[in-house]
Amino acid sequence: MKDTVLIAGAAHTDRIHDSATKHVTGRADYTDDIAMPEGTLHAYLGVSEVAHATLRGIDYTDVLATPGVIGVLTAGDVPGVNDISPTGRNDEPVFPTDLIQFHGQPLFAVVAETRDIARRAAQKAKIDCEALPHALDPIAAQAAGYGHVTAPLRLERGYVGPALETAPNRIQGRMTVGGQDHMYLEGQIAFAIPGEDDDVVVHCSTQHPSEAQHMVAHVLGVPSNAVVVNVRRMGGGFGGKESQMNLFAAVAAMAAKKWNRAVKIRPDRDQDMTATGKRHDFVIDYDVAFDAAGRIQAVDGSFAARCGYSADLSGPVTDRALFHADNAYFYPKVRLISHPMKTNTVSNTAFRGFGGPQGVIAAERIIEEIAYATGQDPLDVRKTNFYGGPGRNLTPYHQEVKDNILDRLVTELEETAAYRQRRADIIAFNAGSPVLRKGIALTPVKFGISFTATWYNQAGALVHVYNDGSIHLNHGGTEMGQGLNTKVAQVVAEAFQVDFDRIKITKTTTEKVPNTSATAASSGTDLNGMAALNAVEQIKARLVAFAAETWNVDPAEVVFHANEVHIGAETLGFDAFIRQAYLARVQLSAAGFYKTPKIHWDRDKGQGRPFYYYAYGAACSEVTIDTLTGEYRVDRTDILHDVGRSLNPVLDKGQVEGAFIQGMGWLTTEELWWDEAGRLRTHAPSTYKIPLASDRPRAFNVRLADWSENRELTIKRSKAVGEPPFMLGISVFEALSMAVASVADYRTCPRLDAPATPERVLMAVARLRAGG
Amino acid sequence: MTIRFILNGRDVSVDAVGASQTLLDFLRLDRRLTGTKEGCAEGDCGACTVLVGRLAGTGLVYEPVNACIRFLASVQGCHVVTIEYLSGPDGRLHPVQQAMVEHHGSQCGFCTPGFVMSLYALWMRVPEPTVTQVETAVQGNLCRCTGYEPIIRAAVAVSRYGTPAADHLETERETMTARLRALRADTRIVTGPPDNLSILPCSVDDLADCLLDWPEATIVAGATDVGLWVTKFLRPIGPAIFVGHLDAFRTVERHGNALRIGAGASYSDCQAKLAEHIPHLTSYWDRIAGWQVRNLGTVGGNIANGSPIGDTPPVLIALGAEITLRRGRDRRTLPLEHYFIDYGKLDRAPGEFVESINVPLPGPDDRDAAYKISKRRDEDISSVAAGLHMTVTDGRILDARIAFGGMAATPKRAGAAEAALNGQPWSLASFEKAAAALARDFQPLSDWRASAEYRMLSAQNLLRRFFLEQDAQTGAPVQLALA
Repeated sequence: MKDTVLIAGAAHTDRIHDSATKHVTGRADYTDDIAMPEGTLHAYLGVSEVAHATLRGIDYTDVLATPGVIGVLTAGDVPGVNDISPTGRNDEPVFPTDLIQFHGQPLFAVVAETRDIARRAAQKAKIDCEALPHALDPIAAQAAGYGHVTAPLRLERGYVGPALETAPNRIQGRMTVGGQDHMYLEGQIAFAIPGEDDDVVVHCSTQHPSEAQHMVAHVLGVPSNAVVVNVRRMGGGFGGKESQMNLFAAVAAMAAKKWNRAVKIRPDRDQDMTATGKRHDFVIDYDVAFDAAGRIQAVDGSFAARCGYSADLSGPVTDRALFHADNAYFYPKVRLISHPMKTNTVSNTAFRGFGGPQGVIAAERIIEEIAYATGQDPLDVRKTNFYGGPGRNLTPYHQEVKDNILDRLVTELEETAAYRQRRADIIAFNAGSPVLRKGIALTPVKFGISFTATWYNQAGALVHVYNDGSIHLNHGGTEMGQGLNTKVAQVVAEAFQVDFDRIKITKTTTEKVPNTSATAASSGTDLNGMAALNAVEQIKARLVAFAAETWNVDPAEVVFHANEVHIGAETLGFDAFIRQAYLARVQLSAAGFYKTPKIHWDRDKGQGRPFYYYAYGAACSEVTIDTLTGEYRVDRTDILHDVGRSLNPVLDKGQVEGAFIQGMGWLTTEELWWDEAGRLRTHAPSTYKIPLASDRPRAFNVRLADWSENRELTIKRSKAVGEPPFMLGISVFEALSMAVASVADYRTCPRLDAPATPERVLMAVARLRAGG
Repeated sequence: MTIRFILNGRDVSVDAVGASQTLLDFLRLDRRLTGTKEGCAEGDCGACTVLVGRLAGTGLVYEPVNACIRFLASVQGCHVVTIEYLSGPDGRLHPVQQAMVEHHGSQCGFCTPGFVMSLYALWMRVPEPTVTQVETAVQGNLCRCTGYEPIIRAAVAVSRYGTPAADHLETERETMTARLRALRADTRIVTGPPDNLSILPCSVDDLADCLLDWPEATIVAGATDVGLWVTKFLRPIGPAIFVGHLDAFRTVERHGNALRIGAGASYSDCQAKLAEHIPHLTSYWDRIAGWQVRNLGTVGGNIANGSPIGDTPPVLIALGAEITLRRGRDRRTLPLEHYFIDYGKLDRAPGEFVESINVPLPGPDDRDAAYKISKRRDEDISSVAAGLHMTVTDGRILDARIAFGGMAATPKRAGAAEAALNGQPWSLASFEKAAAALARDFQPLSDWRASAEYRMLSAQNLLRRFFLEQDAQTGAPVQLALA
């Protein structure tokens, strides 16, 4: 009876996003849409125009003389601690006092009657500073003797040195992988309303309300209980609102308290993109030993990242790059080292995959190198090196891979996508096509699920059943479009056996669930779904006990089913039953809690079980390139992705499709370009090009591996879906690489760096044609 | 004086509309119509898409435009339709909205109202669009969540949820036309504060007079560039003379063996006539910006601004286009390439304006092509743009006219490459010589769009592409098509 669908919106069924109707009518409220109280003021940031300098002083005379300006907010106005470092390193001031560390760094805020006045006035400050030499990328930073922003990580198993030196085949190479701007459609925004005593309420577009709360309290010098942070929904996050909202929340709250007026701050798109962090770009050096069959013997990898001027989340991001530098492959001997380099650029941050994609693409490059060197189909080299078989399941961080389904998944995709036949056809096509060339690649992903900061793997929820039978659901996760609220509400609907519409999903607020973790690391549903289920189970246990006692039946005879409650021979509607329970003084509210079991991680030793489980997937992409211009088109992509037992297949499929396109964008047209002065010149959609509808694969077949079930006891045996499919975009990159390689008869692995813009594709073609 | 228009169902009069006041701020801040979103404030993301209905020669047309860079003064006499107007009076979802909901076309929802508006405009024109038509219609809409797939599925299915004939913009068309006629101003409108004056001339002659009165005024046609001066650079633009409402300034007509494009004609206004008379420009045209910007931006503005990376000058120069400049009642005509003197320096006197562009039509022996290279295929600024034109008679190349954008400080002809081709046989060898000569024509710059090296190599390769494409002997295709 349990899984028979007789309610609307049960678990494991397709369900429309709970806000879909509001989205399409424009009635979904984002932070900037909230009605403002009388007298609301607006703040705007003033920023540096040099990349590195000693800050001697700022003259605000002309700013303050501007009609409509209320005042400026400076480092000296910080009542508490002038620091918003999310990792407690005290290296990220709200506003710097004596050192400018990147072009576009916020230095102060102007507060005025309107946003337009504040924005214009912010340009009138005279900044007195003395330029210092700057280093923009990790290689320049290493040359300039810059340090790490956070401690490097080393993962090691066996001795790689001797293995490399005595290897029958050895390849050394370097790959540069670009960063990525989040380009969430709704930019950063915070809106603070002062209250009595120390209190302040901040509406903020954030994936991490608890951190915004703690940061605001830290900066204001008040206890966390004085600060409430609310978010109903975000217009996209992708990691860009995991820590980057701290600045805006802090400025809005400080200004609100200073002037005792509501204050909103919303940067324009250019300031959003120049003043907030992005995906880390990496320079990866690899050294690999392999046998004649292409089986890897040892890998030595060095991962230097552009972290920016402060640590932010660079520690865990660069760690995760190493955790995924094996992707799906067993490295018998391995040494992986991260170099989280300080640079005079904006501090880089979380972005979907959190360093993982940069690790995975290194593994895929190594595979491609071996394939070209041994003259094999790269898919064969991939399969040869998959985890599996005796003694071949240990990761570089000493976690055993126990849930590997890649053999089945990849073989299934290989067949449904007709990979082998198409590859043969493509090679034949290329032989007769002088200008247009094709490529095809089938790449897998294995992605570890859990925050590597073990304490983050906890969540809370608050469920109320009102005495009319309506249900209020609140949890610590945030909704940024991924459908988290919908999926958690499905879990609740299923557990109570009531229709989905009976459940009201309410805004995320630090008042209802405290000490939450970021909605990040793909963990939203895993954690919050379990916490909500725990709350429901508590209420249900009370209801069952009440029914068993009142109706004098065995508790096993109390069954919730299809908007009804069966008690022995009697059946009551859910509403009527709840009414009875209320009158009998049964507590109809519960706080739920969950913490992920089994995980542990010792960073100093580089050993442990950081991940509860792995999610898997694979994609096969075919492309055509124009060897005269480097332009390209993705002809077809087939995806088979593992989400365990999906809670909502249609929403999960939407995540897979969207993540693939975003991953493809990262590796194709999305290019971050700094000039020599350290100014980011691709800082708005006019210059920074995310994929459009016409960049989609011309044929796009996406399926979920519906036979998969999480072997761990996750929420209803589902798996996380947010990040893993992002890396399926790598199939496009490797297909482009094959098309390029065709001009030199596939003898050489192309030196193609990411993003593979048309320029990089053409230049790679030109180099290969020139024999280089 | 007041600016009068219809906002959704209501007549609106706004006094003292400053030149730089945007439609988006008016909607969101003054009217609290918060369904229209600001995503970029530069006309590149489409989150602010609204429909603007205007009385054109053919009747009332509704076009999707970017409210972020549309100035409020420019909607004088128009019908502005926002997302809030879509659901009927009964509150039921519009067919476009219903399709988007049922196909899971929204995730975070922030881009969604903009997509709905673009798809609404498409559905009014093409109830059952092809995938390619949908892709072209949403070139100006960014979505970061869905990967677009469900939006496309929704768009091709809209007609299952309703027909345009039953839509209220269609059923109200006659009354709305009458209401808009009543709002038409037959005298010049001057409004706004003295330092931010908005001027709406009542005719092209009046425009010429306005420019004599305010010779330093900013001429605002589609505002797809001037809008950014305001939203991005915070530059004052007043006094500003708005010209988008002047129908006589937007005509596109064949005169003899040439197409005369009024300088106020939008890219969209040109499309039908280009397809008929200069077909090689149609697919190129579809790659200029996105639909919203094509509805606003003008060929005249693209030329008059003098950008070295404008899409239209290279292809028009190659066709031998001339422009007519006017000051008061005086007119002069010059070859388009002569208008561009140097970076930021144009052959235009104070008080003078570009009135029309005269584009000779290609003849039967002519070989023409228009190429654009950009980092992203659609809605991107070109790294390199090229127009190529030549006649081939008895196997010899004559009258080669080749112009490039993105290769120099101005749109510029490739004199050395042309010389290398003229009089030479139609052969790959001739084009190889022209490609080599191109290095004498240009020393391009490196920037975030492309390196100098790439610009040069791809420009040379475009000459090779032209030969391969036009040559009957070449079997294999040489260019990527979308569909």
